[in-house]
Amino acid sequence: MSVTGVEGEERHDLTKSESKQIRKRSMRLLGSLVSPMKARIALTATVIIISTGAQVVGPALIAFGIDQGLPAVVGGDAIPLVLVVAAYLLSGLAGALLIAWYTVLMARVSQAILIELRKRVFLHTQKLSLEFHEKYTSGRIIARQTSDLDSLRELLDSGISQLVQGGLYMVFIAGALFLMDWVSGLVLLGAVVPLAFLTRWFQVRSSKVFRETRTTSARVIVHFVETMTGIRAVKAFRKEKRNEAEFGQLVEDYRDANARAINLFGVYDPGLVFIGNVALAVVLLVGGLRVADGSLAIGVLLATLLYTRSFFAPAEELAMFYNSYQSAAAALEKISGVLEEIPSVPDPDRPTDLWQAKGAVNFADVEFAYTEDRVVLPEFSLDIPAGQTIALVGSTGAGKSTLAKLIARFYDPSKGAVTLDGVELRQLHPKDLRRAIVMVTQEAYLFSGTVASNIALGKPDATRSEVIQAAKAVGAHEFIESLPDGYDTDVNKRGGRVSAGQRQLISFARAFIADPVVLILDEATASLDIPSERLVQEGLQTLLADRTAIIIAHRLSTVAIADRVLVMEHGRIIEDGPPAELIAGTGKFSQMYAAWRDSLV
Amino acid sequence: MSIDTERKLSTVAAIRRLYPYAKPAMPWIYAGMAAAMLAALVSLAIPQVLQSLVDGPLQQGDSNEIWLPVIVVLALGVLEAIMIFLRRWFVLHPGTRIEARMRNALYDKLQRLPVAFHDRWPSGQLLSRAISDLNLIRRWFAFGLVLIVVNVVTIVVGMVVLVSINWVLGLIFFVLSIPLWVYGYVFENKYSVIARRSQDQTGDLATAVEESVHGIRVLKAFGRGKEALRKFQAQAELVRGTEIEKARAIAGIWLWLLLVPDAIFAVSLLAGVWLASIGEITVGGLVAYFATATVLRWPVESIGFLLSMTLDTRTASDRFFEVMHSENRITDPENPKTIESPQGRLVFENVHFRYEDAADGTRDLINGIDLEIEPGETMALVGLTGSGKSTITALTTRLYDVTSGSIRVDGVDIRDLTLGDLRKHLAMAFEDATLFSASVRDNVLLGRPEATEDDLKEALSVAQADFVYELPDGLDTKVGEEGMSLSGGQRQRLALARAVAAKPSVLVLDDPLSALDVDTEALVEDALRHVLASTTALIVAHRPSTVQLADRVALLEQGRVTAVGKHSDLLATSEHYRFVISSLEDEQPASVDTTAEDIEDAVSIHTGTIPIINPGRSGRSAGEGGA
Ligand SMILES: Nc1ncnc2c1ncn2[C@@H]1O[C@H](COP(=O)(O)OP(=O)(O)OP(=O)(O)O)[C@@H](O)[C@H]1O
Ligand SMILES: Nc1ncnc2c1ncn2[C@@H]1O[C@H](COP(=O)(O)OP(=O)(O)OP(=O)(O)O)[C@@H](O)[C@H]1O
Ligand SMILES: [Mg+2]
Ligand SMILES: [Mg+2]
Repeated sequence: MSVTGVEGEERHDLTKSESKQIRKRSMRLLGSLVSPMKARIALTATVIIISTGAQVVGPALIAFGIDQGLPAVVGGDAIPLVLVVAAYLLSGLAGALLIAWYTVLMARVSQAILIELRKRVFLHTQKLSLEFHEKYTSGRIIARQTSDLDSLRELLDSGISQLVQGGLYMVFIAGALFLMDWVSGLVLLGAVVPLAFLTRWFQVRSSKVFRETRTTSARVIVHFVETMTGIRAVKAFRKEKRNEAEFGQLVEDYRDANARAINLFGVYDPGLVFIGNVALAVVLLVGGLRVADGSLAIGVLLATLLYTRSFFAPAEELAMFYNSYQSAAAALEKISGVLEEIPSVPDPDRPTDLWQAKGAVNFADVEFAYTEDRVVLPEFSLDIPAGQTIALVGSTGAGKSTLAKLIARFYDPSKGAVTLDGVELRQLHPKDLRRAIVMVTQEAYLFSGTVASNIALGKPDATRSEVIQAAKAVGAHEFIESLPDGYDTDVNKRGGRVSAGQRQLISFARAFIADPVVLILDEATASLDIPSERLVQEGLQTLLADRTAIIIAHRLSTVAIADRVLVMEHGRIIEDGPPAELIAGTGKFSQMYAAWRDSLV
Repeated sequence: MSIDTERKLSTVAAIRRLYPYAKPAMPWIYAGMAAAMLAALVSLAIPQVLQSLVDGPLQQGDSNEIWLPVIVVLALGVLEAIMIFLRRWFVLHPGTRIEARMRNALYDKLQRLPVAFHDRWPSGQLLSRAISDLNLIRRWFAFGLVLIVVNVVTIVVGMVVLVSINWVLGLIFFVLSIPLWVYGYVFENKYSVIARRSQDQTGDLATAVEESVHGIRVLKAFGRGKEALRKFQAQAELVRGTEIEKARAIAGIWLWLLLVPDAIFAVSLLAGVWLASIGEITVGGLVAYFATATVLRWPVESIGFLLSMTLDTRTASDRFFEVMHSENRITDPENPKTIESPQGRLVFENVHFRYEDAADGTRDLINGIDLEIEPGETMALVGLTGSGKSTITALTTRLYDVTSGSIRVDGVDIRDLTLGDLRKHLAMAFEDATLFSASVRDNVLLGRPEATEDDLKEALSVAQADFVYELPDGLDTKVGEEGMSLSGGQRQRLALARAVAAKPSVLVLDDPLSALDVDTEALVEDALRHVLASTTALIVAHRPSTVQLADRVALLEQGRVTAVGKHSDLLATSEHYRFVISSLEDEQPASVDTTAEDIEDAVSIHTGTIPIINPGRSGRSAGEGGA
């Protein structure tokens, strides 16, 4: 069995091989992040090694001071003592300076890794298709980018120093201990056996529990984000109480998983202390007996005791490292899952350039289904010559937006091909595709930020006067001017600061400024009042003169500016022709048009 | 967003505000401290035993006497391990419960804070408070607080021990550690500013992530992934800069925390050996001194991260309380009234409203509205884009409160009803559907989860939402985040069904048919008429077809209702009404039969080539300017 991408993310019952596979994948990711920074990491490690060395010298110098310096002082010779003290001071100073340097170095490394990972996840989620996003939900992506990255940051920030320092310290100390007194060294070695068992136990348990903490915390975030996004509906439909219960349950699940993770460490850590203290007692016994029979100097015993105790102090650090490592690894598993997702609408490997698009769109034997078992657009062909303005009408759910989204390449057709000027969209260079084809979607989404920046999204290098020009062209200038800060007014999240119609006008200006050869308007005027709609349509007259346009609208007034009308029903184009002809006919459209005319006053 | 008075609180006072949340955990935290203290004492005691061993049996070379001290050392060692275990175990659950409690409290508060609050606050800032800030606070309680107390006590006790071993050496230790406290103070001031900035910037980053996902359709449509990345990266760079600055501050305190003990050790070694040489202290005493001082090293060094952790917690709690202390003016009244027999009479009386950020010197957006909607009546609300229609609908359910004047349901001011009650009487369909990523059923029954299957079916059929039965899992199909796996019209019909299913006495529908085609619209209207016959309704309308649903129409102009009446009457009497709602030339009546000529007419009319764009045009610009 194998799991790819985000599949199995919510499962806690991964088999051994699956779990291994996921772990491997996350290690690969970590490796790829770390490897470009080898040099810097090496420097950082060197610094920490030297500083650790400097610290290790400490106890030895003190032992030396007592064993050698003291008799010398008693004998009237203070020089060895002064030398020892000076050496001690020097090593201390060096150690401290190096640690301080290391702290900054490490922060640089860890931040560089984090920013790289952030960018990768960001870019990749942008590449992933809408299909993915509809299933995965924004909350989980936010969880990946926030709390999961947080646990990686924790590992990098303190973990590495714990690892290097702790590991080295232990090696140094063990080495020093062996040199000084190999019997004590052997005792220490014996202590490593239970240590290994304990660690293995911790490893197995914690990787499972940490996975749970990641999924449960993501669920908390998903719920939180969704509540805040839909706060109006939550309030209006009195969902607060129910939400409280649901959220409370999710919080409790997270708390429980978290508590179990912490608890594991709560056993592991005292376990280490226990092993260390027993080892200390044994070293004391073994050493003490030898001191008693005179085969060991007291100073040496003292040093072995100090060393033994210090050997286990970093063992705790190592345990902490291991703890944050397990937590970060669980987080990396999730992140690497997202990164492993293959975009179902991928950028072409060898893209075709199309510098000067004319705007001829063609559907050749296209069939489309969102989910395999439900075909939304049965096989059809359609040719849209460059420069034509098309009104796409039909009952709701007929598939109009879907057809439009195929042109904008939000999705790829399940069968057949969509082409622009003869180039299949799949092959077209993304930059050319996006320059040539722009779609104003049914939901007018504005980003928080100024009105101007929202309009300029259509053309990032637009000057202020171009922005104003575009706003004027769609009739949005007046209301924008009347906002407190004009074009610099913050529209708040999702454009909540402006009315629905105003949002549509702004998104429309955004498309206008982008100046594409193929413009798709999906219900772009549905929330506008009639006078504004009329203004927009006037604007469209000039705007659409030399470009291809697909206008989806239920208000058939758009038909007036169309060269051709397509009527859709259940995913099929059932009528196709110039407006006047269709209206005069007896088909669906003439009936719709009559009904619409009726409704006018 | 930072509140200045809170800034001035001392760190201790700032953190003490968390006490109510931590209270149930405090006994356990104290127990944890006691255990930790014992562990620390034990680890301090071990060197003392060593000393007596060195000075006693070892000096005398008596191997039988060694056993007892070894056993004592072993026992102490085991005790230490047990105490460490207990320390963690005591605070484990209580500690995590503090976090959970605070998280629930924050969530509840946020749900209750008015929409105006949510307009203002970026979502990532809320999220980072709910997740990472609270995580910090939990750690501090379970770990930081315990260690601070224990380490400070250890240091104090350790010093006493040192003094008792030899007062000169003890004094040296004490005096030389003074610079640490001074530096600690400097550090606090420097670090807390950075910590706060880092948390705020992390929140902004979360906002950027969220928007990049919610707005993904726009980013894709314009191919702006790269630009979004660039912006995101710039923000991430800010975070990186702050984090590195933070690391520098930490490096500064580390330096001192490592240097000072080393200096102490060096000076002590010098003095100690000299003291030993003149017989002021035994070798065993010297050994004990250093062993004890070594034990103290870690508590001293730990001050660095404990301090930074405490400051992180402090700023995190500041951020938490910024939300918790936000004033909520839209609350349940103290003595709520109830509506005995709901009729559904909705009355606006001299209602004024302006958004908080409206520019000074402008008129109120809603500038004195008087309107009465009789029980069972359907009133359409018509006005230009941005004239304040949606705002009025939001006022009726108290998503915002009126600035002055009152709105009454069945004679009761809506501010005298509990929010729950009010919203039971009144159900809304918003202009954007606002669905949740739950099943169709849950979405439709949002306002009345206890409704029967029949109610559900009925609501769906009123909204002509029979398409749901054809979805893969029927009523149990998940509609995707924000209903994005449905078509626009399907979303809107579910939102309508949701309002209908709530069976309120007043229905407030904001442009409920805008995404429907003509046929479906007609079907929905027919079905809706039955419901509206017995239900009071306020319906925002942009199109004449929607207005058809209404008994009367209210025209919103310049923040006032300037005309109320039957559609046909208003058409005849109000020029502004004609301007807002009419697509045809003033004199031309709506023609029923469509001849080819008519069509040509209509077509040319809408092209705008014929100058039908009439006097109202100037009215338009003035009309919405004031908002
Ligand atoms: N992302 C999606 N995943 C699955 N099914 C979808 C998705 N988007 C749309 N559909 C389904 O495909 C069909 C066509 O939807 P589409 O959005 O193209 O309709 P439309 O003609 O634009 O309707 P409307 O006028 O209501 O916007 C509908 O039945 C809808 O439920
Ligand atoms: N949250 C807000 N904060 C400040 N101003 C706002 C806010 N929401 C809306 N406005 C402003 O108030 C005015 C009225 O907005 P509202 O949404 O009520 O208009 P509307 O009549 O519903 O328009 P539409 O027909 O476009 O939906 C607009 O000019 C808008 O810019
Ligand atoms: Mg659509
Ligand atoms: Mg509105």
